Amino acid sequence: MFKFLQDDPAREWVNIFIDGEAVLVPDQISVAAAVLYQKKGFTRMTPVNAAPRAPLCMMGVCYECLMVIDGQANRRACQETVKEGMKIERQMGAGEQS
Amino acid sequence: MKTEVIIIGGGLMGSSTALQLALRGYKCLVLDREYPGRHASGVNAGGLRRLNRHPAEIPLSVAAAKIWLNIRDLLDSDCGTQFPGQIRVAENESDMQKLEARARQVEKLGYHHEEIIDREELYQLVPALSPHCLGGLMCRDDGFGQPFHALTAFRYKASSLGVEFRIGARVDQVDQFKGDWRVQTPVGSFKAPILVNTAGAWAHQISQNLGEPVPLSPGSPMMMVTERIPRFLDPVLGAASRKLSFKQMPNGTLLIGGAHMAKLDFNRERTEIEWRKLAVSARTVLALFPQLKDVRIVRSWAGVEAFMPDHLPVIGPGLEPGIFHAFGFSAHGFQLSPVVGQVLAQLIAEGMSEFPIEAFTIERFSSAKLISKQKVV
Amino acid sequence: MKSHYSLVIIGSGPAGLAAATLAADHGLDVALLDEQNQPGGQIFRNMESMPASRVEILGGDYQRGQELVEAFRASDAHYFPETRVWSLNTQGEMGLIEQGMARMISADKVLIANGAMERPVPFPGWTLPGVMYAGAGQILFKQAGLVPMDGVVLAGSGPLLLLLAWQYIRAGVTIQAILDTAPLTNLLRALPHLPRALMAHHYITKGLEYQNEIKRAGVPIIKGISSLEAQGEMSLERVSYRKGLQRQQIETQCLLTHFGVIPHVYLSRAAGLKHHWDHHQQCLRPVSDEWGETSSRTLFIAGDGGGIGGARSAEHAGRLAAFQILYQQEMLTKQQRNQLAKSDRQWMREDLHIRPFLERLFHLPPALLNRLPDNTIVCRCEEITAGEIRREIASGHDHSNQVKFITRSGMGACQGRQCSQAVAQIVADQSNQVISSQSLYRVRPPVASLSLGQLASLFPEEQE
Ligand SMILES: Cc1cc2nc3c(=O)[nH]c(=O)nc-3n(C[C@H](O)[C@H](O)[C@H](O)COP(=O)(O)OP(=O)(O)OC[C@H]3O[C@@H](n4cnc5c(N)ncnc54)[C@H](O)[C@@H]3O)c2cc1C
Ligand SMILES: Cc1cc2nc3c(=O)[nH]c(=O)nc-3n(C[C@H](O)[C@H](O)[C@H](O)COP(=O)(O)OP(=O)(O)OC[C@H]3O[C@@H](n4cnc5c(N)ncnc54)[C@H](O)[C@@H]3O)c2cc1C
Ligand code: FES
Repeated sequence: MFKFLQDDPAREWVNIFIDGEAVLVPDQISVAAAVLYQKKGFTRMTPVNAAPRAPLCMMGVCYECLMVIDGQANRRACQETVKEGMKIERQMGAGEQS
Repeated sequence: MKTEVIIIGGGLMGSSTALQLALRGYKCLVLDREYPGRHASGVNAGGLRRLNRHPAEIPLSVAAAKIWLNIRDLLDSDCGTQFPGQIRVAENESDMQKLEARARQVEKLGYHHEEIIDREELYQLVPALSPHCLGGLMCRDDGFGQPFHALTAFRYKASSLGVEFRIGARVDQVDQFKGDWRVQTPVGSFKAPILVNTAGAWAHQISQNLGEPVPLSPGSPMMMVTERIPRFLDPVLGAASRKLSFKQMPNGTLLIGGAHMAKLDFNRERTEIEWRKLAVSARTVLALFPQLKDVRIVRSWAGVEAFMPDHLPVIGPGLEPGIFHAFGFSAHGFQLSPVVGQVLAQLIAEGMSEFPIEAFTIERFSSAKLISKQKVV
Repeated sequence: MKSHYSLVIIGSGPAGLAAATLAADHGLDVALLDEQNQPGGQIFRNMESMPASRVEILGGDYQRGQELVEAFRASDAHYFPETRVWSLNTQGEMGLIEQGMARMISADKVLIANGAMERPVPFPGWTLPGVMYAGAGQILFKQAGLVPMDGVVLAGSGPLLLLLAWQYIRAGVTIQAILDTAPLTNLLRALPHLPRALMAHHYITKGLEYQNEIKRAGVPIIKGISSLEAQGEMSLERVSYRKGLQRQQIETQCLLTHFGVIPHVYLSRAAGLKHHWDHHQQCLRPVSDEWGETSSRTLFIAGDGGGIGGARSAEHAGRLAAFQILYQQEMLTKQQRNQLAKSDRQWMREDLHIRPFLERLFHLPPALLNRLPDNTIVCRCEEITAGEIRREIASGHDHSNQVKFITRSGMGACQGRQCSQAVAQIVADQSNQVISSQSLYRVRPPVASLSLGQLASLFPEEQE
């Protein structure tokens, strides 16, 4: 659904894992941006009706982008920056705490 | 039909009393300055606890527990109740001795609802608990409910039986007029032969007005709730030597209380969270469940509640005929509320109650009648 | 970080940057906090790390951002990025998370410069993946260079929608349509205010310039649409709307909506400041004067957090607040303050001329909220529909706090940030009340993420 502009040749790329799958994304971007770049652009399934949701505001106020990041549930993906080797999982329901 | 009873305060106590009176055919008017449930009754922790009650409260609390188990029969709503038990956890030998002494005390009074559970059973019931605990004291069918839903259910049921509720009706002045009690409010003046004071943390203002001052002090216990997490805890937990009330709600959120007090500006009705004390609550929770350290707090709040010096409520007739009080529940009135309504209705309708209420008389503060006005308010 | 400063400024947008630079240049001990990792705020997001070609596409305002950030960097103000404020009171005490660590600090004066957020407006299907706010689309663009791939529909109204369209066009993004929800009557109501507005004509000229370029690019602008709906199974497949008597639809995977911005009042409300409901801006605003003084002696407010005025006003308001604080801290005399603040006050006064025009032009039609179909989700976190809310209002819960207690709307992860306005509006409409400063849910702290572990780490001196 989203693509990167080819406007930053100096940009470095990092490897991250989204639901176990290795993907390459530019560094310095938010986890939410990295997920929106994927085919499956949703970040979580809701705890009440198991409905898919995706980032809405990108500025930390809507809490739609909750994901399990490096084992920690309920992190706002729009407020986290990708890091080499980061493990990101779409959050199902209330999310598993580890 | 003429109003027979005016009830000041439409919280749980006022609404429950109105319902019980309506069931006995009385015509009641409930006056509240706020929307129903604005104060303690709407925002409390919802704990339904017989565990560790003051001996004087045990008979009421045991009777209330029976009503809560079948609350639908009374209110046509289950009020979000669940009964997974409440446990006070012992973290060391001296805690354990304290709990054992308590269990013996309750047995001696002829009650059997508080049981010692050993370490093995404790960890069966609460596998996620930090391993240092030794056992606990448990009430197996204690539990919790949803306070605002319960309050609403009391109100709806009472309304359906003809009770009238008026909001924005702050009682500023009470006096006697041609044999009736008369109250002045911004929405009019009302009178009736019987007046019930269930004004919560403001009840001392009413009783003062009636010439029955009491050493009530308003306080505001704090609560916090977390985001949803996967289910890991069924019973409601307290601790033998720490301030704690801790439960996981059916939707997965954690509700944390412990009677740490917020700053309260009583006149402006503003509470401010005291982070210093709430931090103690957080440390208590993490001492028992260190794995919860990354769980996010989504909100905290404080409710305004009436505290008495002996932490026992005032329930019963006032000094003047036609006056009845029920206030000062000192942060444990939710569970008692269905029975408090019964007690007052029995007193009003029959002149006596089936429950022992001597410990709750307003006369116990009679010497307190001498306290100066400033000190009371 | 020290435990006390003379002045703490929350937010490094134009308001915070201008205030911090000015106060520090006059010798005040200033700390500027922001949850982002770079200064700039919403408008100048990622200013310092953005490639030049992207700056170029985003347009001319960015020049100003660069100047602000450079002046701030050159000042003696202390800057704390990735620092989030989760509590604030009128004694100037704040709870923070600084790069993951919780702490409490205090200040003689606090300037709230936390900016705006997009106005949440529920509509059927707004929870589907593929539907986002226009500002969110712009953040993805600014921060990551990420743009819609196979076309996008923009819907709503407000200057930011036009700006984003203009920026997308320059970036080569295909805009399938712009659906303008402003009723045609808005223009009629706005026109009488045009002559006065022309006194601050730079806005109007810019707006017209955007519109012309959008038209030139051949993007269909469909005006006066209503009953916007997002449809799809697991994600957005099409947008449907009503134009006149006809329902029409557009196949698309991406819908960006915008209904204006509103002050982000969670901090100011948690601090207990006085607020009022602004019927023109259709939002809650903290009560403040031209110097940013609030109902508390300790707390000041500047920028869009105090009421929507845009980036240039934010900058001037930030400076005015800084002047007043310097004066109150006895670092300027009254005469000095008045002298120095002259041009900022002048600017703010002129800027007021444009507001009545813009506010009427972009006025949110009430029908958007009060004709919401019953099955539309209003509270996204707890998944509570308009119908459930209306049912509780009908049974006598006529305040949004009661609706919250009984339905759980507003009790979820976002704490009502997305539904409080809509619920208040629905309650007001159904129970014939006029919306007021008392209509929204009460705000419960913490106002930003705080974990049990972070809270437990506070006040170590009290630990057993
Ligand atoms: C944070 C918190 C947690 C708690 N947790 C528990 C728990 O887990 N379990 C438990 O059993 N109990 C708990 N409690 C205690 C319980 O909530 C109270 O004991 C109970 O709700 C008291 O009910 P009430 O009707 O006396 O008071 P309120 O609910 O305060 O009602 C009094 C009413 O009187 C009205 N009023 C006051 N003055 C006037 C006037 N002059 N004119 C008209 N109206 C007036 C007020 O507006 C108010 O609505 C808790 C309390 C708090 C604050
Ligand atoms: C998503 C969005 C995009 C926008 N884009 C544009 C645009 O492109 N052009 C334009 O002219 N206007 C834009 N605006 C309007 C914008 O509000 C103003 O132009 C301008 O940025 C306001 O400046 P400010 O200094 O008041 O606040 P802002 O620039 O919004 O800055 C506020 C800062 O406070 C920080 N903050 C907020 N809360 C906290 C907290 N609790 N703790 C720590 N830090 C906090 C934020 O991270 C932010 O950096 C946008 C608004 C939004 C909401
Ligand atoms: S997208 Fe709204 S909080 Fe992250």
